[in-house]
Amino acid sequence: MHPIVRWFHQTASPPTFDRFAARWSRVFYVAAVPVLLLGIWQGLFVTPPEQNQGDAFRIIYIHVPSAWMSLFVFALMALYAAIALVWRIKICEILAMACAPMGAGFTLITLLTGSIWGKGTWGTWWDWDPRMTSELILLFLYLGVIGLYYAIEDRRSAARAAGLLAIVGVGLLPVIRYSVDWWGGLHQRQSVNVFGDNAIRPELIAPLWWMVVGTKLWFAGSLLAKARADNLLREAGKAWVGERIGGGAASTTGEMPR
Amino acid sequence: MIAPGTEPGLWQTARALVARDLRLLWRRRGDALQPLMFAVLVVVLFALALGREPQLMAQVGAAVLWLAVLLAGQLSLDSLFRSDAEDGSLEQWLLAPVPLAWLVLVRVLLHWATTAGPLILMAPLLAEMLHLPHDQLPILLASLVLGTPLLSLIGGVVAALTVGIRRSGILVALLALPLYVPVLVFGAGSVAAAARGQDPVGALLLLGAGLVVALVLAPLATAAAIRISLH
Repeated sequence: MHPIVRWFHQTASPPTFDRFAARWSRVFYVAAVPVLLLGIWQGLFVTPPEQNQGDAFRIIYIHVPSAWMSLFVFALMALYAAIALVWRIKICEILAMACAPMGAGFTLITLLTGSIWGKGTWGTWWDWDPRMTSELILLFLYLGVIGLYYAIEDRRSAARAAGLLAIVGVGLLPVIRYSVDWWGGLHQRQSVNVFGDNAIRPELIAPLWWMVVGTKLWFAGSLLAKARADNLLREAGKAWVGERIGGGAASTTGEMPR
Repeated sequence: MIAPGTEPGLWQTARALVARDLRLLWRRRGDALQPLMFAVLVVVLFALALGREPQLMAQVGAAVLWLAVLLAGQLSLDSLFRSDAEDGSLEQWLLAPVPLAWLVLVRVLLHWATTAGPLILMAPLLAEMLHLPHDQLPILLASLVLGTPLLSLIGGVVAALTVGIRRSGILVALLALPLYVPVLVFGAGSVAAAARGQDPVGALLLLGAGLVVALVLAPLATAAAIRISLH
């Protein structure tokens, strides 16, 4: 067996995943904190104010990285769900479902910061602009996945059903994106384009990249931490959990908690 | 037990399923009218809420009709697989000698014809109640004919995912309505484009393209969802 394939098979077993996640979530967290702090410090104190928007533009350093994360996490969730459906790997089900609340959080942050920014620069909290509408629908898709996951009793079939919904949703995401574009095109409403015609100056963009990398690292750390917790919950009652947690924790939890 | 070589073919199973569904529908013909009643009531409520102003109603009439049809279809989703899951015939579908996706497709199309079909037939009457300009009516009907099967096919996936959940009413809405957005945008958008004097054909063609894609992919996704739900 190829070493990489063997590594995947080993990591997919719950005890090995637990060890893997415990080690790497800490590594990612430790790596994320300085990157995020550097990005925030540069974004808030080092970069000069923008000519047109003054200091209001600084919200971009939260808004844009979380917007990218909201889409990236959905795609990742669908990918994990597809792997879980095809090869029935339990860890991938857990990882996919761990993605959902975090992606919903990023989407919510994107909507909130965008609406605060919009109030300051456009003079309105909300507009049925294509980007805003598609982001709102993305939030509903996330909430649907989470809702379906908690509505089904059996944890494994719940994860598989919610995963299938995520796959259907990812197929529809581009459709939603372009359909609303087309609709918005009729209204002739120009959206503020970050990298469009009024491209922002290079010295303003460096902190953005730090924030993009930092949010990715932070997400990787928290995904592993959350998946590890879910994994331990599902495996509670197995002998290895008791050994890992220590002190006969397994013997007291006879039943599988939800 | 079916003797080898005498397995029923695709058309035979489809005919048997259609005959059974139509017989069940006829025995409970009161239920079959409920989506229609619901859509009519939504239209009436909208007309009253808009203050009975003909000008205002003519402007929003197509959007109101689309919403009424969409909501009626969403409410009838629950009956798509529910009774078959409860009496066990859905499990027989899994054992049938024809692909599950084929049975799903037949069922969804029949369900569409019996729930959305009467609504489309009633649409001219409802449009008249909303004072929709007559030149927009053909566009509205075309968008409904292309859009409502798409809604049924997408909704079928959601109905199959939630078939194992006892009280799934609001959850079905939460899952299905975001997925309905593109269909609504193009469907209602085509009539809105016609009202502004623009060409509505582009939106209708996109609806048709979406319908073709969904006819192929949605039964497969629904079959996968039924397998998960019955697991």
